[in-house]
Amino acid sequence: MTRIIAFFALFLTALPAWAIEIQEVKSPGGITAWLVEDHSNPIVAVSFSFLGGSTSDPAGKEGRASLLAATMDEGAGDLDSQAFQGKLEDLAIRLSFSAGRDTFSGTMRTLTRNADDAFDLLRLALTEPRFDAEPVERIRDKMLIDASRALERPRSLLGGAFYKGLFPNDPYGNPADGTRASLAAITVDDLRAFMAERLAKDTLRIGVVGDITPKQLATRLDTVFGGLPETSAPLGLPEVLAEAPGGIFVIDRDIPQSNVFFGHRGIKRDDPDYFVAAVLSEIMGGGFGSRLNEEVREKRGLAYGVYTYLNPFDRSGLFLGGVATDNARVSESLAIIKSEWEKMAAEGPTQEELDLAKSQVKGGFWLRLENSGSIAGTLVAIQRLDLGKNYLENRDGLVEAVTLERAKAMAKTLFQPENLTIGVIGKPANVEATLPTPPIPGREEG
Amino acid sequence: MFQSLKRLALALPLAALSLGAVAVAASPAAAQLFDPETATLDNGMEVVVITNDRLPVVTHMVWYRVGGADEPRGKSGIAHFLEHLLFKGTTNAPEGEFSDAIRRVGGSENAFTSYDYTAYFQNVPVSALEEMMRYEADRMVNLDIDESDIGPERDVILEERRSRVDNNPAALFREQVQAATYLHYPYRIPLIGWKHEMERLGLRDALDFYDRWYTPSNAILVVAGDVTLADVLPLAEKTYGQIPARAVPPRERSVEPPQLAERRLEMTSDQVAQPSFSRRYLAPGYNWGDTEHAYPLQILAEVLSGGATGRLYRSLVVEQKIAASAGAWYSPDGVGPSGFGFYGSPRPGGDIGAVEAAIDAEIATLLADGVTQEEVDRAIARVTAAAVYARDGVSGPARIFGLALATGQTVEDVEAWPARIAEVTAEQVNAAARAVFRQDQSVTGILRPAPVTDRQEG
Repeated sequence: MTRIIAFFALFLTALPAWAIEIQEVKSPGGITAWLVEDHSNPIVAVSFSFLGGSTSDPAGKEGRASLLAATMDEGAGDLDSQAFQGKLEDLAIRLSFSAGRDTFSGTMRTLTRNADDAFDLLRLALTEPRFDAEPVERIRDKMLIDASRALERPRSLLGGAFYKGLFPNDPYGNPADGTRASLAAITVDDLRAFMAERLAKDTLRIGVVGDITPKQLATRLDTVFGGLPETSAPLGLPEVLAEAPGGIFVIDRDIPQSNVFFGHRGIKRDDPDYFVAAVLSEIMGGGFGSRLNEEVREKRGLAYGVYTYLNPFDRSGLFLGGVATDNARVSESLAIIKSEWEKMAAEGPTQEELDLAKSQVKGGFWLRLENSGSIAGTLVAIQRLDLGKNYLENRDGLVEAVTLERAKAMAKTLFQPENLTIGVIGKPANVEATLPTPPIPGREEG
Repeated sequence: MFQSLKRLALALPLAALSLGAVAVAASPAAAQLFDPETATLDNGMEVVVITNDRLPVVTHMVWYRVGGADEPRGKSGIAHFLEHLLFKGTTNAPEGEFSDAIRRVGGSENAFTSYDYTAYFQNVPVSALEEMMRYEADRMVNLDIDESDIGPERDVILEERRSRVDNNPAALFREQVQAATYLHYPYRIPLIGWKHEMERLGLRDALDFYDRWYTPSNAILVVAGDVTLADVLPLAEKTYGQIPARAVPPRERSVEPPQLAERRLEMTSDQVAQPSFSRRYLAPGYNWGDTEHAYPLQILAEVLSGGATGRLYRSLVVEQKIAASAGAWYSPDGVGPSGFGFYGSPRPGGDIGAVEAAIDAEIATLLADGVTQEEVDRAIARVTAAAVYARDGVSGPARIFGLALATGQTVEDVEAWPARIAEVTAEQVNAAARAVFRQDQSVTGILRPAPVTDRQEG
């Protein structure tokens, strides 16, 4: 290559307090990435995502995206699994793929001196994975064992049932890592079909951090991602509302401590009131000082951990939480959670709670950006969720704009005591099941 | 050394318990040229500052050279219980004031307890550092707790025990294996405590432990982030430096007697889906036993268990296809006897006995033929290259220095790690393997699922 045609738009000036300067890099081949240059350490971190994850798994082949993520780096091009993995390890290149419900993503970290090899291995994994029988069967066996274990572990078993209850007729209710039967049904053709349909340039979002210049990155982008198809297949899945009728189901299990998940519908990330809800969740169950932590843990010693969080999927919003309490006293924990839910819906938060929670929601975000990988991941998330080029600049202001009035109004709809749906696993005393236990994915396979 | 998270999580002997919901695995002193600045206050408190100016934030940590292995007999869990109680307020700052100050600046906080150390930390904007130091210095000596704090918080640690151990057959079994690994050394006692002793821990126990161990000369201040020693030292002198010096008693730990008999534990549970195998050998580390083996053993762990191409995974999982997982771990950081461990589990429907036999065969081959210099060179290249990643971030380097200084290493030891690792030879690795892999100093653990007919229906 003798000519490099690329242009770089510097669209964020350095923030007054947070010196993260994002450059938009567009490759000659038209691939865009966001870059934070940092030459203080000889490391490059790359993060990227495509739209479509485990919810694209066909019925009966749940776990397809996860199996793909675990096998793409098990041999590619001329390198078989041992050769590929050996090269990664010898050069200290960290490469991994993962399947979320809505996305398929990857990360790569390398020392600058090994960047040529690192980007080439990434290209090979993305475009020429071999899927040799040995690694595919080996990884499948590992996932089969994990699927069996998921049915024995109280929390994962409960989680499987809980999500199936929320989404009985949508792929969001399916286990992302599959069941023994569905894993056994996946073929290499299925893996290749996912790649052909989903790993395309139109939904690709890339974030890069570290010891690389915009010019160098522009060239790398075409090398690595240039061979991908232009467009992905339509996802074809509609928005869906979680089914949370209110009530309790109980899975009987002879363990000393009951594990509990609870929740109902929440809001999506693209909701203009997202931060209002985020602040309210922080106040209710965000950690030290939150209402549930005070009432359940600090005052009564009913749990080591109690928490709430927003879980915004692309097509549905959830507001969820969890707690674990001794079987004999878990009904107390549940009563407190329900009463706090009612109180918050009726009265909303106080100004003091609001101010502290806003600081938490603001500061927590920045503190997470402490290493190259987390910054690269955030660059991808901002692009994927279309939060805007000035998001880092604007985010504090968006949180600051959550007034007591907005918070009280949102509390009335976000907290729905009548819809609070609770799943318990254990031998809880004084807990009456009012809902049937949802089907547990994979349980009937024997 | 650079084990994946999954394998680190298995290296439980020296893992830590934390106050909040996130467990913190102590990472090995994997470091290269952090170039920290150090000082010692007049009252004996050590200070380490690691500058990283990427973001205007700091990690502020105080490490105490005391942990679960320093507990009085019959008081298991008191080190960790006290860690929880340190969040209950002081004579100057009632419960919640410190935490609210952290939340007000958008910071985060937690604490964790290990066998050898207890640490408290906050991640905050650099502008809040002095305030954090004031509060942390205050709770080093002015803890204000009474009987009303004990009951609920003791229930919290009992719930923590249920979550981490009692609800989980694999964790219950690890506790049994840990107890069998040491005949006398206090690592045999669970860090979180035996339940029957935890239930009886009281206010006096907590205060006695606090009064004995929490003092500047037994503490290390580590600050990492957008500051230099010139910024930190005056603040440290204004806060921690105002606490009078007090002598701290030596750590008096039972001495592990010679181990003469191989131990084997088996447990069956109807809540276990897959059998698993573990083997642990008593091993020297940086601070205990024949310390010259500590670096060669790290290289040996990499040769045996360095990802998909390590000897164990390649042989058992890839080539023989009898195991779904197989690997080894080594932990050099303890004040007391460390461990070198192996683990494995069979493919679906496979035989745990075959996995054990194959791991035994790998150990036998290793003892007979040794590792090659080529394997050693490859392992050295891998672990030293990866050490650069340890510099990426703020809290990671802070933990590396806190752990090292709290367990008997020095700043120079951490800085010299890449050079010392690079000098390891195949001869040294083979000598270390012969010294450590002795059946009379080993514990084998087999956890099995109950036969299907015994299983409860749910």
